[in-house]
Amino acid sequence: MPRKKPQASRTQAASKPTAKKKVSKKKASKKSTAKKTGTAASRRQGGLFDSEPTANSDRPKKKTAKKTAKKSIRKSASTGQGDMAIAEKMAAKQKDISVSEFFAKNRHLLGFDSPARALLTTVREAVDNSLDACEEASVLPELIIDVRATESTQHVVTIRDNGPGIVREQLPRIFARLLYGSKFHSRKQTRGQQGIGISAAGMYGTLTTGKPMRVTSRTSRRKPAVELVLAIDMAKNQPVVKKESEVEVEWAHGTEVQIELEGTYKKGKHSIDSFLDQVSLANPHVKIVYSNPIDEEPITWERVSKVLPDPPNEILPHPHGVELGILMQMMKETSSRTVSGFLCTEFCRVTPNVVKKVSDETEGLGKKIDTDRHPKRLSSADVKILHKGIEATRMMAPPTNCLSPIGEELMAKTLRRNFDPELVITVTRQPSVYRGNPFQVEAGIAWGGELPGDDLASIFRFANRVPLQYEQGACAITQSIVGTPWKNYEIQQARGALPTGPLAVLVHIASVWVPFTSESKKAVASYDEILKEMRLAIMEAGRKLAIHLRKKRRLADAERKKDYIKTYIPQIGIALQDILTLSDTQRTKAEGNLSEVLERSRKM
Amino acid sequence: MAKKIAKSYIDRVKRENAKRDKKTITSIENAADEIYKKIMRKGKPMLRFPVRSLSNVSYDKRKGYLEIGKARKERTLTVNTVKGFAQTLRMMGLSRELVQTNDFATKRDVYYQSKNWAEAKFSEQSESDTVMDDIEALFSVDDVSREQLRFVPDEHGGAVAGELVVLDPDLDTGEVERIDCTRFGSGAYSIPSSVEHLSFETKAKFVLAIETGGIFQRLQSHKFWKTADCILVSMAGVPTRSTRRFIRRLSDQIKIPVYAFVDCDPYGISNIYRTLKVGSGNAAHINRFFCVPSASYLGVTPQDIIDYDLPTHPLKDVDIKRAKDALKNDPFFQSKRQWREALEQLLKMGVRAEQQSLAMWGLNYVIETYLPAKLANSKKFLP
Repeated sequence: MPRKKPQASRTQAASKPTAKKKVSKKKASKKSTAKKTGTAASRRQGGLFDSEPTANSDRPKKKTAKKTAKKSIRKSASTGQGDMAIAEKMAAKQKDISVSEFFAKNRHLLGFDSPARALLTTVREAVDNSLDACEEASVLPELIIDVRATESTQHVVTIRDNGPGIVREQLPRIFARLLYGSKFHSRKQTRGQQGIGISAAGMYGTLTTGKPMRVTSRTSRRKPAVELVLAIDMAKNQPVVKKESEVEVEWAHGTEVQIELEGTYKKGKHSIDSFLDQVSLANPHVKIVYSNPIDEEPITWERVSKVLPDPPNEILPHPHGVELGILMQMMKETSSRTVSGFLCTEFCRVTPNVVKKVSDETEGLGKKIDTDRHPKRLSSADVKILHKGIEATRMMAPPTNCLSPIGEELMAKTLRRNFDPELVITVTRQPSVYRGNPFQVEAGIAWGGELPGDDLASIFRFANRVPLQYEQGACAITQSIVGTPWKNYEIQQARGALPTGPLAVLVHIASVWVPFTSESKKAVASYDEILKEMRLAIMEAGRKLAIHLRKKRRLADAERKKDYIKTYIPQIGIALQDILTLSDTQRTKAEGNLSEVLERSRKM
Repeated sequence: MAKKIAKSYIDRVKRENAKRDKKTITSIENAADEIYKKIMRKGKPMLRFPVRSLSNVSYDKRKGYLEIGKARKERTLTVNTVKGFAQTLRMMGLSRELVQTNDFATKRDVYYQSKNWAEAKFSEQSESDTVMDDIEALFSVDDVSREQLRFVPDEHGGAVAGELVVLDPDLDTGEVERIDCTRFGSGAYSIPSSVEHLSFETKAKFVLAIETGGIFQRLQSHKFWKTADCILVSMAGVPTRSTRRFIRRLSDQIKIPVYAFVDCDPYGISNIYRTLKVGSGNAAHINRFFCVPSASYLGVTPQDIIDYDLPTHPLKDVDIKRAKDALKNDPFFQSKRQWREALEQLLKMGVRAEQQSLAMWGLNYVIETYLPAKLANSKKFLP
């Protein structure tokens, strides 16, 4: 029996040799560092690639597509030459595959896998973009969102913001070209990060309904609004302007996107309603007016703060957070002429003195790296040593003024507005650092009021003010809430479960780079430093909650016992009067004395 | 003439009753008065109960029953005990009222009576039973029994047949009922829940207390009481309080021996017989009234199993545990060498035998052979 197995795998490998070879060849061409590839090495690399989350081993063609996409995302300029003849032959067969086409075939990766999610994803992406745009232009955001059914499974989604608007020339590229944007390259706390979302939504709409998206934008009161009807040329990843016109609108500035798409509207945890409710929790300065196909009246969340959050600063990456591959890339692209200059200009917290220390560290790692060398001339082995040297060198933590937390006071206000609880407790921790990335954790607890008392606590997770609605179980936030000893805080909790009670727990992590468990940004990865900060924030809030609950319980106990005394003392009086044939005055006196004695001794 | 005797008997019963009732009322009033005085001094009133657990029980050979020790627990009136306190006092009031109106109440009656006590009412009968047990223990110190507090058990007493006349005075009419226990035909006299007022006339030589209804029926229908000149009492398992009290008063008044005839297993020995003779372990505060120290054990003994070659069943785990527990913890068995030996013998044999196993040798073997043989040698009875 065991002999059968390797044979089977051999036949499998033989049946699709192209796939296997393409992979190893690709790898070789991507990294100029790749050495002469022995079979073992290529197998290992193939294996590595297979472990990528996007890999899909039964469709070789798609693999190439994904590869291209990945390349574009990383902006990698693969200029290396493979040194195998077969590679050149194969290169002739390989052609550029548009990212648009790739995403058209892999729409689940971006959150369009079910009709219900498609609708939510569209709103999510538009809201993210609008809020980032408004804040960048220092405008207090006001969003008007309208979801309307055209058919039972077809909806028109219209989202308008009061942002700065977008100039005519940029409109097509922003809305109808994938991977175009300003946020991906910056190390700054922003909501959107990849520039995929809104154009993917438009594309999804076109794919499912055949209707192009409509974008209206006005940049100034003095100018009329421009309305474009946009489609995507999927083969070329290029926008196609189908119709262009100037229109009269009643708003002074802002952008409105309208997409018709196949999607189903529903209520519940993963609904648009719930998403917007959560957006309003983490964004006290935002006003949202939202109409949906079911409720007659639009839902409005008024802003509780008229102050924009401090604009997050952009920072240079910290050397401790950089991965080897990225470091190599950066060294290839830098305009600095020495390693020393490169490190000092492209990273924060690096001074010539620090560079010297790094250089000293490399000596102990096998080879002292001369930091006056040109960065492009370092071999990959040298970069590896340099990378290790950086890791080993102690340096200042990155600056943390780049973060913009919600703040204890405003978090409390939004929790009060949304839940009308009896008690709100909020905690904003001091910033901290994981892998060279500054981050900051906040926690808020709403307790009592209308919150259901018998259910598990509601959990609200936020990363850079964006609600996380899926994969709750896999998220560091959930882990840290479950790991909190709620019983110490007078709250029930079954072993290994969320706490039970009239409780809503909000946790927000702000960071220049929030680590997610996957590209779809659904759950925060469990780094030790992050888990620790989250736990500390929740525990601090929990302790404060416990103080309140204990006091409340004490008062209730005292009240109950007082009632208790009032209830039963007359019965003692009646019994004594009965047995001893006391007069009414004697009885009253006895009851009075007894109350006095018990009240006095009642130490609670 | 008979009328005169009846009158004097009724007067005596009335006098005794009046004396007992006065004592009961005095006890209740004293307890209440102590509490009242303490309250008027602005102190915290308290009640002192005997501790009711095996650790506070001892066996006094001279007195012949399991006796409650001197340990007392105090229940002070605090916020947490105020409800229980109120209920205890209300129930004491009820008891006093029952005595005054010459009435009685069963446990269930008391539970329903409490529904008039507003917030002090009981929501479950188990709660009122607990308070009743407390009060009973409280007054047992003053030699006042539950029956004297006019709380009577719901449970039925055992059955009686044989050479006995029970005198039951009717205090209202002044008549004394003469109940002849030989004249129940194939039936039997049923022991009432309160037996304090009864008196007896008999020429019988002994009382035979029988565990099972089956053997009782056989002995009764074959008029064994006539041939053996005795009184038959069916206990139907562990004897109830009134059955125990009935046998006790019988043996006190007419001074005849009481023989127990039960199954030969740890339950028959350590539960039925032990409870009949010295009272129960967890209600030791009442044992002085509810035991028959003069009782002895006729059979079935472990030795009988061998002597009569009886069919047996193996001892169950629970039997073994019970027997070992009796040897280790029960002050009664510990003080009787014969019993220790008998129990050890039983454990060693690892079997048990029922009374009715005698039927193997013939249905009436028990009447014709076993009992006459045993009775001929009453010295050999286990203590």
